[in-house]
Amino acid sequence: MLYSEKVMDHFANPRNVGEIADADGVGEVGNSKCGDIMRMYLKVENDVITDVKFKTFGCGAAIATSSMATEMVKGKTISEALKLTNRAVMEALDGLPPVKVHCSVLAEQAIKAAVADYYTRRGIDPTPIVGKIPECEEGHCGV
Amino acid sequence: MKRVIYVDNAATTPVSPAVLEAMLPFYKEIYGNPSSIYSVGRKAKAPMEDARTKIARCLNAQANEIYFTSGGSEADNWAIKGAAHLMAQKGKKHLITTAFEHHAVLHTMQALEKEGFLVTYLPVHENGIVRPEELESAIRSDTALVSIMYANNEIGTIQPIPELAEICRKHGVLFHTDAVQAVGNVPIDVKAQQIDMLSLSGHKLHAPKGVGALYIRQGLVLPNLIDGGAQERNRRAGTENVAGIVGLGVAIEEACAGMEERNRRLCAMRDRLIEGALQIPRSRLNGDRQQRLPGNVSLCFEGIEGESLLLMLDMKGICASSGSACTSGSLDPSHVLLAIGLPHEIAHGSLRISLGSQNTEEEIDQILEELPKVVSYLRSMSPLWDHITKNDRN
Repeated sequence: MLYSEKVMDHFANPRNVGEIADADGVGEVGNSKCGDIMRMYLKVENDVITDVKFKTFGCGAAIATSSMATEMVKGKTISEALKLTNRAVMEALDGLPPVKVHCSVLAEQAIKAAVADYYTRRGIDPTPIVGKIPECEEGHCGV
Repeated sequence: MKRVIYVDNAATTPVSPAVLEAMLPFYKEIYGNPSSIYSVGRKAKAPMEDARTKIARCLNAQANEIYFTSGGSEADNWAIKGAAHLMAQKGKKHLITTAFEHHAVLHTMQALEKEGFLVTYLPVHENGIVRPEELESAIRSDTALVSIMYANNEIGTIQPIPELAEICRKHGVLFHTDAVQAVGNVPIDVKAQQIDMLSLSGHKLHAPKGVGALYIRQGLVLPNLIDGGAQERNRRAGTENVAGIVGLGVAIEEACAGMEERNRRLCAMRDRLIEGALQIPRSRLNGDRQQRLPGNVSLCFEGIEGESLLLMLDMKGICASSGSACTSGSLDPSHVLLAIGLPHEIAHGSLRISLGSQNTEEEIDQILEELPKVVSYLRSMSPLWDHITKNDRN
């Protein structure tokens, strides 16, 4: 299995790693049994994501897709961030091996989960806006 | 280029200089087919027989009990399918193996299940060792074959082969062992240990890839796996891999001659590595502490995932491997680690370091310097580690 140079770059030098203490939204997806968990922190001002951080337990692709996804939503409006697809994350990384596609799905879901939490904290039901975020089932991560 | 520390000798080993030297003439001057009658062919025959004698000597077998194959997988397939089909003619269609065999054995067993054979998979318990009494109670009147690996490729545990084989002999059941990881590392005596069939592979002991052998006890005639020419006394067709076979002979002779001294050195390095690595909080050694291969260190680190650990170590110039699913293209963790009872989330964070004769104390220092840093870096970005440490505080 071979990772692209972009994947290796984001794995070796992940962008936006860490936590935001006073985050406006936090989302966590995946589970330890599947071997990957992603947690995203968002700081939102006037509907714009001004800061984003992540923490990931998982393989090289899981770390790289988290890193790339944070870069792709930083500075964007919430509605722009919700349009982020796993395909776009994959393309930005110059592709992923087929068995790792689920990592990009998880990255997309992590962003959505953080946005959902942002709405929930503001007393707004996130489901009509964000949609349903599927639970990671045993042995089937994402896809 | 950065110096590379190669500690994945259970995956494969570099060809030793003496082995390469011995092989070269068979690619250059002595290129003939050993079955031909002219001199350039004839000259290839005797060195092959010499290699057979060397292998036999190392196992305390007779030369005519050694059959060359393309490697360990072919030897396993031949032994298991051959013995199963042979015994099926006598109405025996029950096979016994273990839950943590190499896939060359497990998938062969599964293929036989599809043909109608019944397979019992013995548990290997937390220490990664088969219990002889459990083998004995699994044997039935229609048991054809027992196949149990000599030493496990992932966690390095050495099985009680003499006891297991004795039980089989007592009950008239054939006994095969996949000794790919053990040959050259552990003293083996097929006669004293009552082994009927034994698989070995060249590239695990500093011979090249693509050559191996199956020991078949004299008097046991397995159906052929590969039909064709009269090579290997009509039992395994195909023009012989002469250079590889010669290389295997030299490699096995080197491995067996220097075993005691090498093992003393390897065990000392292994133990230092284990003790050092276990200083890392929430780490564990997989498999029995004592009954393990001289070069094997198999660890799990909670809160991190094996593939990212390997990639990080690779960036520091350390080549190791993992039992992790990610490397094999499946999402499930290693069947070996699950077989010794590890939960999925811990089995994901595994690391296998397998030392070989070329490794040095300085390399162990280097690994012990880098490993804790890499583990703690990955934990610093792991939400799972947060969950684990939060539970500790509560």
